[in-house]
Amino acid sequence: MHNVRAIYLKELRSYFNSPMAYIFLVLFALLNAYFFTTTFFLMGQSDMRALFGVVPLVYLFFVPAISMSLIAREKSLGTVEIIATLPIEDIELVVGKYLAAVTLIAAGLLFTAVHFFTLVSVGTSIDYGAALLGYFGLLLVGAFYAAIGTFASSVTENQVVSLIVALVFVLAFFLMDKMLIFVPTTLAGILQYLSVDYHLSNISRGVMDSRNLVYFASMIWLFLALTLRVIDIRKWR
Amino acid sequence: MIRVENLVKHYGEVKALRGIDFDVKDGEILGCLGANGAGKSTTLKIITGFLSPTSGNVFVDDLNILDDSLEIRKRVGYLPEQNPLYNEMMVYDLLAFVADVRGIQGRAFRSALGRVVDQCGLTGVVHRKIGECSKGYRQRIGLATAMIHDPDILILDEPVTGLDPNQIVEIRELIKGLGEEKTLVISSHILQEIEATVDRIVIIDEGEIVADGTRQELMSGFRGQTRLVLEVKNADPEGIHRLEEHLPDITVSDVQERDGRRSLAIEYPKTVDPREAIFCFARDNGWIILEMSQLRVQLEDVFRNLTVEGGVHA
Repeated sequence: MHNVRAIYLKELRSYFNSPMAYIFLVLFALLNAYFFTTTFFLMGQSDMRALFGVVPLVYLFFVPAISMSLIAREKSLGTVEIIATLPIEDIELVVGKYLAAVTLIAAGLLFTAVHFFTLVSVGTSIDYGAALLGYFGLLLVGAFYAAIGTFASSVTENQVVSLIVALVFVLAFFLMDKMLIFVPTTLAGILQYLSVDYHLSNISRGVMDSRNLVYFASMIWLFLALTLRVIDIRKWR
Repeated sequence: MIRVENLVKHYGEVKALRGIDFDVKDGEILGCLGANGAGKSTTLKIITGFLSPTSGNVFVDDLNILDDSLEIRKRVGYLPEQNPLYNEMMVYDLLAFVADVRGIQGRAFRSALGRVVDQCGLTGVVHRKIGECSKGYRQRIGLATAMIHDPDILILDEPVTGLDPNQIVEIRELIKGLGEEKTLVISSHILQEIEATVDRIVIIDEGEIVADGTRQELMSGFRGQTRLVLEVKNADPEGIHRLEEHLPDITVSDVQERDGRRSLAIEYPKTVDPREAIFCFARDNGWIILEMSQLRVQLEDVFRNLTVEGGVHA
């Protein structure tokens, strides 16, 4: 755990010592604000569903963008040689870097809390539980996409390739339940269970089912395990 | 102590190492000398756990790299050849990170930081971004990173490449100082660098060790010709021919005449020393010797003989 913390802090510093984190946070806040407020006052409802519908769309590009450098950049710069010859286990490296990406996503979500306070100040009969649970759901989706991004970043040393690989995976999971009408009914149930939207919509309605938690936890575990499988930073073969 | 045993490394079809054996005693400075691509860096990368061997093993004290890579990485400090660094990080942050990973925090870190800043001459750049530092400072930062945990074993891959002469002297002095208390393995393709700093030299060529010994041992084992430069007055071509007949071991070449003086280049096997006989021959034939100097065998001659002119691959 000690090395996870060291890697995590180094990675966070790396985000905030470059324009990356600031660009991400500002654009993330602006885009979500634009899409949320254009419909919020028209709908006239005291809930955050509009935001919960928008953020996963914004995630599609943003999460692969912030995670594309996690491991690929170490490989392309050669700094992987420093990391690989320090007494750090691969799992500590992967988890530390992954958690830093999740923290940046959480910081981005925190910026959107301004909309929640707007709702509190102008709305009536607000379902606080659903709103908070919705945020939790968004964090889970962000964490899932960050795991995909971490995996994509470990398969190449080219950050653009990493971005594209992550985009393809993220889009696939995002679009899965929108393709159900094109697949045989036997596959539809499986695809629906695998789709992100299916589980997020449950949570953002204020329904917390253990199946949704199991889904996100297992998907995050799967992609981090795949990362560990392919990372091979020490070319130890 | 480091012991490298029958180390083999293949990159696909390319055989980078073909079975390397050597050891480094505690407190010894070993220089790995070889042309670019000879296999020096590959050897060091395997010792530090960055690369796996195709076969063979590396032992550090009672540990081996196949089973105890993590523990060996704790004990070893490593400066990679390209010295890759995080340009966006402050020097302080990098050293703090590496120290943290190595379990050095708080007061212990402040003490270690002070030590490496002094040793590596980093005063004034500690709170600067690494990307803004000069090549010389970057090399010192790399060294400080390798030394922050005060390891007993330091592996330095081409530590002075790309530095200017003043920086080379500074880094060389630093390495010599470190060598008094640590085990060092230094690789270089610059002969003078190795000559100036190490106790023992291993010459690697095409993935094989072609020589292993101290500088004196390598030069005394050099199987080449020795060359003597002789400048004399009153010598004629016939006399020079008689000299060759008188001393069958020698070969006279490169005879030049100017203002009644003749310069001769005389070559002979390392096993004989004809200087006294040449002197007597000159005296008996009325030659006046103006200069007689034996060209000393340089490490460069040994290196070229072993790696270019044939050596083991002849």
